[in-house]
Amino acid sequence: MATITIREALNQALREELARDEKVFLMGEEVAQYDGAYKVTKGLLHEFGSKRVIDTPITELGFAGLGVGAAMAGLRPIVEFMTFNFSILATDQIINSAAKMLYMSGGQFNIPIVFRGPGGSAFQVSSQHSQALESWYAYFPGLKVVMPSTPADAKGLLKSAIRDDDPVVFIEQERMYGNKGEVPDDPDFTIPLGVADVKREGKDVTIVARSLTVPLALKAAEQLEQQGVSCEVIDPRTIRPLDIDTIIASVKKTNRVVIAEESHPICGVGAEISAEIMERAFDYLDAPVKRVSGADVPMPYAKNLENLAIPDVNRIVAAVREVAYLD
Amino acid sequence: MATKVIMPKLSPTMEEGQISRWLKKEGDKVSMGEPLAEIDTDKATMEMQALGNGVLRKILINEGQSAPLGQLIAVIGEPDEDIASLLSEAPPALPQLEEQKETDEPPPAPDLKPPQPQVNGRQPQAAASDSGRMIVSPLAARMAAEAGIDLRSLQGSGPGGRIIKRDIEAVISKPAPAPAPSYVQHAGAAAYRDEPASQIRQTIAKRLVTSLGPVPHFFLTTEIEMDRAAEMRKGINALDPDLKISINDIIIKVAAAALVQHPQVNASFQEKIVRYYEQADIGVAVAIEDGLITPVVRAANQKSLSQIAAEVRELAERARSKRLKPEEYTGATFSISNLGMFGIDEFTAVINPPEGAILAVGAMSAKPVVRDNEIVIRQMMRVTMSCDHRVIDGATGAKFLQTFKKILENPLYLVV
Repeated sequence: MATITIREALNQALREELARDEKVFLMGEEVAQYDGAYKVTKGLLHEFGSKRVIDTPITELGFAGLGVGAAMAGLRPIVEFMTFNFSILATDQIINSAAKMLYMSGGQFNIPIVFRGPGGSAFQVSSQHSQALESWYAYFPGLKVVMPSTPADAKGLLKSAIRDDDPVVFIEQERMYGNKGEVPDDPDFTIPLGVADVKREGKDVTIVARSLTVPLALKAAEQLEQQGVSCEVIDPRTIRPLDIDTIIASVKKTNRVVIAEESHPICGVGAEISAEIMERAFDYLDAPVKRVSGADVPMPYAKNLENLAIPDVNRIVAAVREVAYLD
Repeated sequence: MATKVIMPKLSPTMEEGQISRWLKKEGDKVSMGEPLAEIDTDKATMEMQALGNGVLRKILINEGQSAPLGQLIAVIGEPDEDIASLLSEAPPALPQLEEQKETDEPPPAPDLKPPQPQVNGRQPQAAASDSGRMIVSPLAARMAAEAGIDLRSLQGSGPGGRIIKRDIEAVISKPAPAPAPSYVQHAGAAAYRDEPASQIRQTIAKRLVTSLGPVPHFFLTTEIEMDRAAEMRKGINALDPDLKISINDIIIKVAAAALVQHPQVNASFQEKIVRYYEQADIGVAVAIEDGLITPVVRAANQKSLSQIAAEVRELAERARSKRLKPEEYTGATFSISNLGMFGIDEFTAVINPPEGAILAVGAMSAKPVVRDNEIVIRQMMRVTMSCDHRVIDGATGAKFLQTFKKILENPLYLVV
């Protein structure tokens, strides 16, 4: 197994899938000549040519629609948004066309498309460029939503997303592109969508974390272990379909849950998971489910305020101690 | 707009409060900050202030009744304001406890109802259940149902008295209590009266069962010749009668001095750590009307005898009038309980967790003892130290007592 970054893992997945299936093609702003705004598509134009790796104008709604049309015609497009903040312009194509086409055409048109790019906060790019939008897309039947937190997950899940016959919203995290981890060398290594991963086993408190908060939760769990609290860290990896069974099994074991997420709390994925836990495991709860979410404000530009708006290890530790009745 | 008056948290360990006295009655005008009621917490009687302006519209908890933290106990509002919706969220008020009749009347004779064990009645039993709803985590409720545990018999350890998993586990891990003796109801059986256990009585009960059971006690006793200490006391008080140094003040001072030399005894076992304190904060048990309380003399090792004497006197007075602040009766590192004034020769005291030890001091009395092969009369006093074996071992405790005895028998050591 090689130790590589999430950026490199995504690049490998794209390269392998472009090579594996000639119907796969990639388009987006700066993906070709510039090697990608975040260098995820580095070298792909050179390797696969301008028919398979296509620079688009700054027209998110336009090229998202082009992708949906290509998918209807039998191709397997990968559409990169420079960041998911810009996907807001393309939501009509993602939600009204991609998500609903199979249903509204009576099963005639599969839309095997991947919309991918970085989401969430970066470093001081302020309110309009720091948004965690997973709950938007997870809201709609017809879309699958994936959020990897490690290089191996990034590679295995992106390959599965490209091979999937349904539209997949694949949200990477800008702060995490440089995170390193071991990735299997097998070119056919994939991770199925809809399967959660227990990142750390424990018995006292379950921490459900995704994307940016997974490494934070693991650090918190290490600190808490020294304080005598054993934490189980679960990364759902796929937000829709959500592997709620793995979460419920863990809750039945630990009886206490903290949900750590970068997004705003209101109508968020954490709220949904919390409701599922209440419906399915009420009799196993020894404390109210506790969320640690991003602040309910537009992301501040100021560094100190930005730090306060994003969950950190200390807040996760405090939440775990609270549900474990330690303070 | 109407203001809800809720049971406030007035001490760090308080889980519910008892209304000692309403200082306003329904219909009285109240303004922000005005004293509204006196509340018996688990330790002291504290004043509760109004947090709104208007008229005290409704009192929901009568004098003598208790309410858990956060429960609605009264409503302040405009004279004509509709407060029905606020009242509807309050739990139904309990019936007044029956008057405890003093026996001016002749004792009611043969048809006196024999004592009935209260099964689930209106008499206050467990604090969590006697007013308002019980707060239980879903898991704890299910575990209790499966184990056949009556939740009303439990005190919750979670926030606001919530009964949680560990409370149920604590019950399950204990052997089942023996069934309550069923009283045979003889004609002419003793009449009795039930009084609600005061907050302080309930706290004493709760705190002390966490001591002798879970804390492995052992006891060390020694006899100390007190002639020199008594002489010193006399000498000092002759210098200035206002000082009023007592033997107990000297014992506090000596204990503090010995603790500094034996830090292993000035310590506390806390799950995964042993905490060693850097000064001797001595808790001094003081009997009060309905229980006892241990005001703390902070840093007694750094204080003079006259400072200790003045402080103990002042703390004890306020303890008796229940005016101690929470920080004045919590967080001692070692305690002293003296029953000498009651003529007790020796006794054992129960450790006040998380402290590591407590010294039980008996009466000083003249006794024949052998000195240089002669029988002479000396003022002797017996002390027994209860030690938490998790932090203090036999030899450690014995060495401390040895030092304590040495200084007390030769108080000049205090100035060496």
